[in-house]
Amino acid sequence: MNTSAQLIGLIGLCGLSIWSLFIGVIDMAPMDILRDREAFSLLAISRFPRTAAVLISGASLAIVGAIMQMMVRNRFVEPMTSGTGSGAALGILWVSIVLPAAPLLVKMMLASLTALICTIGFLAIVRRLPPSQPLYVPLVGIIYGGVIGAGVTYFAYQADLLQYLDIWTNGEFSGVLKGRYEIIWIAALTALLAYFAADQFAIVGLGRDRSVNLGLNYEQVMLLGLIAISVVTALIVTTPGMIPFVGLVVPNIVSRLFGDNLRQTLPTVALFGATLVLLSDITGRLVRFPFEVPVGTIMGIVGAFVFLWLLYGRRA
Amino acid sequence: MIRVQNTSYAVSGTTILSDINLEITQGVVTALVGPNGAGKSTLLSLIARINKAQSGQITVDDLTIGDCDDRDLALRLSILTQDNTMGARLTVRDLVSFGRYPHHRGRATADDLATIETAIDRFDLTELADRYLDDLSGGQKQRAFIAMTFAQNTDYILLDEPLNNLDIAASRHLMPLLHDLCADQGKTIIVVLHDLNYAARYADQLVMMRDGQVVAQGTPKEVLTAQNVSDVFQTEADVRIIDGRPMVIV
Repeated sequence: MNTSAQLIGLIGLCGLSIWSLFIGVIDMAPMDILRDREAFSLLAISRFPRTAAVLISGASLAIVGAIMQMMVRNRFVEPMTSGTGSGAALGILWVSIVLPAAPLLVKMMLASLTALICTIGFLAIVRRLPPSQPLYVPLVGIIYGGVIGAGVTYFAYQADLLQYLDIWTNGEFSGVLKGRYEIIWIAALTALLAYFAADQFAIVGLGRDRSVNLGLNYEQVMLLGLIAISVVTALIVTTPGMIPFVGLVVPNIVSRLFGDNLRQTLPTVALFGATLVLLSDITGRLVRFPFEVPVGTIMGIVGAFVFLWLLYGRRA
Repeated sequence: MIRVQNTSYAVSGTTILSDINLEITQGVVTALVGPNGAGKSTLLSLIARINKAQSGQITVDDLTIGDCDDRDLALRLSILTQDNTMGARLTVRDLVSFGRYPHHRGRATADDLATIETAIDRFDLTELADRYLDDLSGGQKQRAFIAMTFAQNTDYILLDEPLNNLDIAASRHLMPLLHDLCADQGKTIIVVLHDLNYAARYADQLVMMRDGQVVAQGTPKEVLTAQNVSDVFQTEADVRIIDGRPMVIV
């Protein structure tokens, strides 16, 4: 994508973000911030954290989705529907039961670790599938994620934590407040670090043999990618909750338009991801104002249509 | 110098290569020939550390395969594998650019960019450079992969059936180019070829394999005899000498 188009996209996203700051039950106009101290604290406590969390979730989910598609060499996978998301939910549930008093950071690390183990399990299964059948991979992912998700529900029921489960599995940003969301900035940092390894992930997408030929430590890059995917997913599952399809839809659209040279395309992937989730969140807030439709629900609808387009809209 | 010593390789109990001993002549094109399943591709993959031999030792100059740093070897030796499936959507130029990765590891210099353009030009890909690989024909794709290997610019180049999908013009373009690379730049090239006549016509050295063993090594004239063709390939084909090189009448 050329830089002027990217700039226009960025300006558009800035405009949407500013708009997003002024949508909510309490009516607030831009000029109020300067005049009214309460309006300013509303912005600082609720509106800004929410918009930031939306942007970070969208951008980082799209980036790890693109990386995961390279690593699995399959267009139809993404972390939330391939076991990583359910794995993170399993982890955070398990920590909540076993170590309820642990600091948030420790809980996060353990949730990431569980997500990592579940993702490695997914890769181990997928590796045995016939390469001539690319659609087996997402199907197995959905079943695999479903099995883990069923386990999560069972344990949550046993521990009487079902009400929390809904927070993790259904992404929505209304609960994002200052002091309760800052950990998600780690997802932004992780996605940024992953960007520095963009070339390595693109080479991994060429397959193991070609990676080895180019002197890449294939196993090491795969592990780094898995860690990035797991950390970002775990942070998002525990903060807004699962947001499906972003990691699937956005990399596919960008790949179709601009290819897979990740060094060049990942900024666009991040931009599209942030824009898509922000648009979904704004839609969710406006569609039956003053009530909210969770962003995960909106994304589920959008994602289903784009997924069908991907399946049937592409040339053979 | 590529030296293979007492090397064996088996996959789940089935022997693919047994006790290979081989020295590849420096600075020439060596063609590996033999029937399907002889172990030619496997031998290349062992030399290029894509698969690990269970026993024996393979050295490339002072580097021992398996012990040396992968990056050091990537600057010394490159391989074109037979697989030309692509998961990623890349343009020809993107793909060829990745051939320079071992040299710059992320930050391409002006030299790298020049080498990339040379490779694109050398394989007639200039007009296709900004097209996506999945929109190209099999032969065009194959040329892009060869150009990527060429851009890696290593002393040792291993090519596994590079003529796959190539038409006669592209094949007759590639083979003399390999010869020139050896003659002008002192490169050492090992190429797996199915067509014995391409091997006889363009290779300086032939290595003939069967059932995971080397059965003959030498110049095309020494190796490609009617006797060897009938023993190794189990088919009676007439071999004639044309312009000093053997030719198998098919």
